[in-house]
Parts: sequence; C-alpha cells; structure tokens
Amino acid sequence: MREVAVIGTGMTNFGELWGKSIKDIFVEAALGAIESSGVDHIDSIYVGAMSSGLFVGQEHLGAVMADYLGQNPVPATRVESACASGGASFRAAYHEVASGASDIVLAGGVEKMTDGADVTEALATAADQDYEVYQGVTFPGLYAMIANAHMHEFGTKRENLAQVAVKNHKNGFNNPNAQFRSKITVDQVLNSTLVADPLRLLDCSPVSDGGAAVILCPMDIAKKFTGTPVRVKATSQASGTIALHSRDSLTTLDSVKTAAEKAYKMAGLKPADINFAEVHDCFTIAEIVATEELGFFEKGKGGAAVEEGKTALDGLIPINTSGGLKSKGHPVGATGIAQIIELYEQLTGQAGKRQVKDAKIGLAQNMGGSGASCVINILEAI
Amino acid sequence: MVGIVGYGSYLPRYRIKVESIAKEWGSDPEALKRGLQLFEKTVPGLDEDTITISVEAAKGALKRANINPKEIGAVYIGSESHPYAVKPSGTVVIDALGIGPHVHVASYEFACKAGTEAMYNAYALVKADEMKYAMGIGADTSQGAPGDALEYSASAGGAAFIMGKENVVAEILFTNSYTSDTPDFWRREHEYYPRHAGRFTGEPAYFKHLVTAGKILLKKSGMKPEDFKYAVFHMPNGKFPQMAGKKLGFTKEQLETGWIVPWMGNTYSGSSPTALAAVLDVAEPGDKIFMVSFGSGAGSDGFIYNVTDKIKDVQDKAVKLRDMLDNNKIYLDYGEYAKFREKIILNE
Amino acid sequence: MISPRYHREKPQRYRLEAGKCNSCGYISFPPRLICPKCKSKEFETVNLSDKGTIKTFTVIRVASDIFALQTPFAVAIVELNGGVKLTTQIADVDLDKLKIGQKVKMVFRKIQDEGKSGLHCYGYKAVLV
Repeated sequence: MREVAVIGTGMTNFGELWGKSIKDIFVEAALGAIESSGVDHIDSIYVGAMSSGLFVGQEHLGAVMADYLGQNPVPATRVESACASGGASFRAAYHEVASGASDIVLAGGVEKMTDGADVTEALATAADQDYEVYQGVTFPGLYAMIANAHMHEFGTKRENLAQVAVKNHKNGFNNPNAQFRSKITVDQVLNSTLVADPLRLLDCSPVSDGGAAVILCPMDIAKKFTGTPVRVKATSQASGTIALHSRDSLTTLDSVKTAAEKAYKMAGLKPADINFAEVHDCFTIAEIVATEELGFFEKGKGGAAVEEGKTALDGLIPINTSGGLKSKGHPVGATGIAQIIELYEQLTGQAGKRQVKDAKIGLAQNMGGSGASCVINILEAI
Repeated sequence: MVGIVGYGSYLPRYRIKVESIAKEWGSDPEALKRGLQLFEKTVPGLDEDTITISVEAAKGALKRANINPKEIGAVYIGSESHPYAVKPSGTVVIDALGIGPHVHVASYEFACKAGTEAMYNAYALVKADEMKYAMGIGADTSQGAPGDALEYSASAGGAAFIMGKENVVAEILFTNSYTSDTPDFWRREHEYYPRHAGRFTGEPAYFKHLVTAGKILLKKSGMKPEDFKYAVFHMPNGKFPQMAGKKLGFTKEQLETGWIVPWMGNTYSGSSPTALAAVLDVAEPGDKIFMVSFGSGAGSDGFIYNVTDKIKDVQDKAVKLRDMLDNNKIYLDYGEYAKFREKIILNE
Repeated sequence: MISPRYHREKPQRYRLEAGKCNSCGYISFPPRLICPKCKSKEFETVNLSDKGTIKTFTVIRVASDIFALQTPFAVAIVELNGGVKLTTQIADVDLDKLKIGQKVKMVFRKIQDEGKSGLHCYGYKAVLV
C-alpha cells in the first residue's frame, strides 16, 4: 500500500446556518479543500453524513454532491457510521489512494440538523432501535448512564465533566470556525438545564450545521500540490456492541480501545508518542472515557487528568484544541473530517492561538453511537 | 363443582385525594367526602391501561390456580375503557401470558358490570364442559369529566378469575342476571367522557336493578342474608352499596371487607371483582359470599359463592388487594393527575 | 413502530424470551442467529428471570416527541438474575431516590403509542421492590 498525504482542507463555519442548504454547505467546504490543495481534478468523492434522510429527506448524498460540485461523472459515495461517518469517510478515501485505485480523493463530511426534524429521534437511530430507543432512552441518556456508572465505579466527579466543557470552550474561543466562541465556567455548566441526569445542556455537544473536506493523494506526489502536506501515519476502525447493555463493562468503550491498539500498532507508536489529540466529546463524559481507552491515562483516571490540567492546551497531552464537538459544534457527518483538519492545522503550524508547541504527531478519535463504532487516524508532520 | 380456581387483582400505586380535586373546582371537600363516603381514588400511570392491569391481575390468578396457561380455553375481559374500540384487550393479554392460540377471546362492555359478564361467561363455558379452564377479567381506567361529580370517583384497577372444576377455591352455587333499557349513564361512540342523568342514576337505575337482582338471587337460592359471611356490591361511591345492603337485609359487618371504594374509588368494571378478590384474600373455608354487580344502561349480575378448604392453599400465592390498596401509595396533585389522565391538550 | 416490526419483537417484549446457545450457554436477548461469543447457530428458547438489579440509570428530561408527555422518566440498565442486561424504564419511582444496586422486578406496561390512531405498543418496565 502507498503512503498517503493530506494536501488540502476546507470547512464552513459550524453553527445554525439558516441560509445554507446541505448542498451549499458541502460545496463550500469541498471547494475550500480543492482550492487549498491546488489539485486540478478529483478521482473520487466520499461524503460522510449520519442522517441526511431524516434531517432533510435526502439520501443518495454522493450523487447529490458530485452533481452540485460540478464533478459529474466522478464516482461519489455516501459513507455512514453514525457520528463516526466523517472518520469512516476519511478511511474510505485513504484506502482508495493507498491501494492505488485513485490518486486524488476528496473525503468530506456534512450534516444539516436545523431544518426542523426531531433531532432527538434522528440521533437516537445510532442506538439500538428495538431494545434501547423503543424503551424511551435517548442518546444523551445512554451517555448519562455511562457517566453514572463511571462516577460510581471510579469516583469521577461531576465537576470533572464540567471541566471538560470549560476547557473545550476555552480552546474553541480561538477557533474562527467554532459554533460557540465563548468562555464558560464550571458553575455555568453545573447550573445549566438537565438533559439526562447527570448530563446538563453544557455537557452536551450542540445541534449544528456544517461541512468539512480534505484532499488526499499519494505521498510521493504531494509536494507537486502543496508545500505543507501531512502524512497519514495510521488509520484503524473497530466495532463494539450496538447496545450499551450488551457490553461486559458499562464504563469501557471497547471499540475505542481496540481501534487504538490497531492504530498504534500500524503506526509503530505508543500513547506517549502522541503530542495532541482530537477526541470525540459528543458529551463531556465521552472525552474522559475515550482518553482512558486511548491509553493516555489509566482506566478510571480520566476525570482526575482533566482536573489536573493534563489535557489543557499547555498540558501533558492537549485534547480538543479545536474546541472539540462541544465548542466547535457537531454537525455529525462533518465532525470526523473537522478533527482531521485540526490535526492538519496543528501539524503545519497554522493553528494560531490554539497552536500546540512542537506538534509532530496528532491523533483523531471519531466515535459512533454509544461506542458501537470507532475510527482512529494518526497524522504526522513532515 | 364449578367455580374459581385462581384469582388475582391489581391496583396502580398512584392516588389523588378528594381535597386535591375539590380545590380545583372550588368545591367543599368535606361535604363531598361525607356525601360520597369516598376519600381518595386510584389513578393509572401514563403507561397503564385496561390491558396492563388485566395482565398483572391475571398473573396473580395464574399463580394461585397453578395451571398451565395453555389449558385456558377462553379469556374474556370486561371494561369501559378497552384501549382499542376494535381489537379485543384479551388478544394482547393472552400473548403476554403465554395463553393460546387455541383460545376464545372477546371484549365485554356493559358499563360497570362488564367484568362480571366476563366472569359469568367464563363460568358458563366451564360448567357446560366446553373447556377445562376459562378466565373472566374486570378492569378499567375509567375517566370522569373535569369538574363533574364522577371525577371524584372514576378510578383504575381490576381483578381476574380463572374458572374450572379441579381444585376449586370458591364454588359458584347460583347466578342470575336482571336487565332493562334504562338511560342512567352512557357514552356515545367517539365521545371522550360519559354522560349521566344525575339523580336518575339512583333509584330507577342502581337500586332498582341491584336490589331486584339481589332479591331474585336470594329467592332462587332459598338462602337468607344471615347465611352469608360477606356481601359484595358494585360500588360507585361509598354510600350506594351500604344503602343497597341495607335494603337487602345485610349488615354493615357483612359488607365491610368488600367495601374498599372509599380508598380505591369506583374502578367501574373492576369494582365488584376487586371487592370479591379482597374478600377471597381473607375468606375461610365454608364462608358464603353474596355478590351483585351493576352496570348502567342497565343491569345487574348476581353470584353466590361457597368458599372451599382449598382457599387457604392459594391466598398467599400472589399479592393481596388490601396490600396494594394500603401500601406504597404515591399521591398526585391535580396537575400531575390531569397529565396522567391525558386531560391536557397537546400540540400535535 | 409499524405493525410487523412491533409484532416480531413481542415474545421478547411481552415474555422476555431469549436464546440460550446450545454450545456455550451464553444467553442472547433478543435471540440471535449467531452466538456472539462462540459463533454457534443452535439455540434453545428460554424465559429470562423477572428479577434484577440496577447497574446504572439516568433520568430523561428531554425526550423524542413520542415520549414527550412522559418526561421526566427514569431509564436504567438492569442486570436480571442469570446475567442478561437490558435497557428499561423504571416506573412508579421517586426520581430522586434512584441508586445503583437497587433491586427491581419486571412488569408489563404500555411503552409507547403510535400516535393517536396507531397501535398501543406494550413491553417491559422495571419497578423497585
């Protein structure tokens, strides 16, 4: 398999984009990636989106976007893995380039969530419809149960969850694309409206519109297009049980652990080698548990790590310098790609006030459902 | 010998006091409590209905009967609040309990006496040797219109009775029925709440049918009120059954065990069936029970039971009515009650 | 919840019917075609116990439209005697008094309605004992 590089990125602002349709959003992001990469053609397109059917009544997004990007007859496919759709889109694009099947591939992700659909119902399709959602549990409810179990088993504090949100907002303040560029306090988090005990509004990533795209090409021609390519060091994916209740442990995200092991093996790296990471904080507790599965902290110590500032911008391992899903926003299908873009900007020294010093190796962890799927990508500066 | 081989009952945990309802409508709770002889009533949870109540009551009946559910040849449910207008409640109940598919199922409706209708027909099929066991259930989650007198009493609950010929715990000695076209209380198709004719529901309806049916039953059986340990009558409120008992020559003591309406409310098709369950929970071998139901429209069903020595083997096998009536109560205020009873208009 | 889909799941929703692997004894709820542990394809139908323990829980305060009228309500992962875990509402409970480790029993309740004219959909819920 050939080595693959990321040579261009583009994303829209994340937020409530009332004036833009799902097509407008994807095209804006894709054009940004195409222009920043300098390519003059594309061989293939992947569109990650979780639920365009439920949100805007449109499936067949690959065909829609190839058309609206003016790229007919380029092949285009919709990729779906719930909230890991973006990461899965990137993986599909990576394999198409690595295998030699194509040279220039666009990996994009998009979601348009504010057109009036029942968001709670749409997001719940990432869970087990017949045995979780049928009973009335919601997506935040599933993570709330993980939070309660984690707090019960490891003594993780309610404040630790709030600290994740505070940190991510502090980072997102310096992200021009972020949905929320506002600093918040632990008190504000603890006093926000309850969504599913103990998770409150400010523990939850928002409902967002947004699109993101990157261009991939084989490493050996990357310098033809850009002076700042970034190497894809490793990519991995793993599945976990669809229902939370099917797992042996309610405080472990097995798919993250397995995907991480595979990614580290492929990269020839250990957790300590990672300089910074974009972690899937759909809910504050998800970031805490994921950092444990990624091997950054011992099992059960993820909460204390946040409290001790280990995951802050100037900490041991900065997590979610982009602002994470919480502050940057979470247009579901776009998130996985937006994570890659943050890695790219950090590794090419373009992260401005969010810049991590000596950023050489970054990891992006993108997760679907309550941990039923996980895609991990490790990128390296050249 | 034909009679009850297993019985069970169910009451929801929620309650609302007369005071809480009276407050909303500016009525005098003390006068209401005196007049109705009723203090609080059961309220079904948002997730409870005649079907769920029937399932829980029937589970108790199956535990006490200790038979293979597949041997039950008929399941009849009488209610005024069947969840479906078309699709018998019994179709869901049999699936929930592993009964059938070789089983007769039907829904009965006759205002408050639909439960005893179901019991009567279950008994008759077994008596005719059509089948080994048959179950009759009376259950309701009746509605009272806001601000109406019936809002204080319309409540939820039910009881299930499995009829058979082996290991009978309460033999059925006599039955009768007395019916006429009497417009005391009715509900038109598609209407949400029932209508009633005020004081006309008393003498010309409840008392005429119940007392007459009772007198005929006594005559038919050749028995006298003194022969009975217990008397159970339909209880629209606390006062009516006491007056009826008096008219028929029964004492307050005979009515006492079955007189659960002051704390339960009127469970409509579940009324006399739940009272019968309460009596069976404490009855002794040899006790005779006199029961007359009443359903508006109007009619009454009468039963005379003779408790056998098998009763002592089954009483403790499932939860008792009094236990559910007295313990673990959750009180609601009117707002919660209105939400539970879906009296609030939603944006749909 | 359209009719055929609801109908298929009834043995599970109404009677807690599960599939016990003939090879390794692992119980799948709902029953499956392939045992997730040993990949065998032969199963025996078993009924789960109706008694269990709360392993974790939450109170849902923002629900989808179907459950809007019922909020707030408690949801938990219950481990039934025998080891099978399932997700279920806890009914008739004081939401402030829920604790991990409490004992429950499973009861038959209405879970949701298919709008004003559709099916009543029933199933299991847990109550504290």
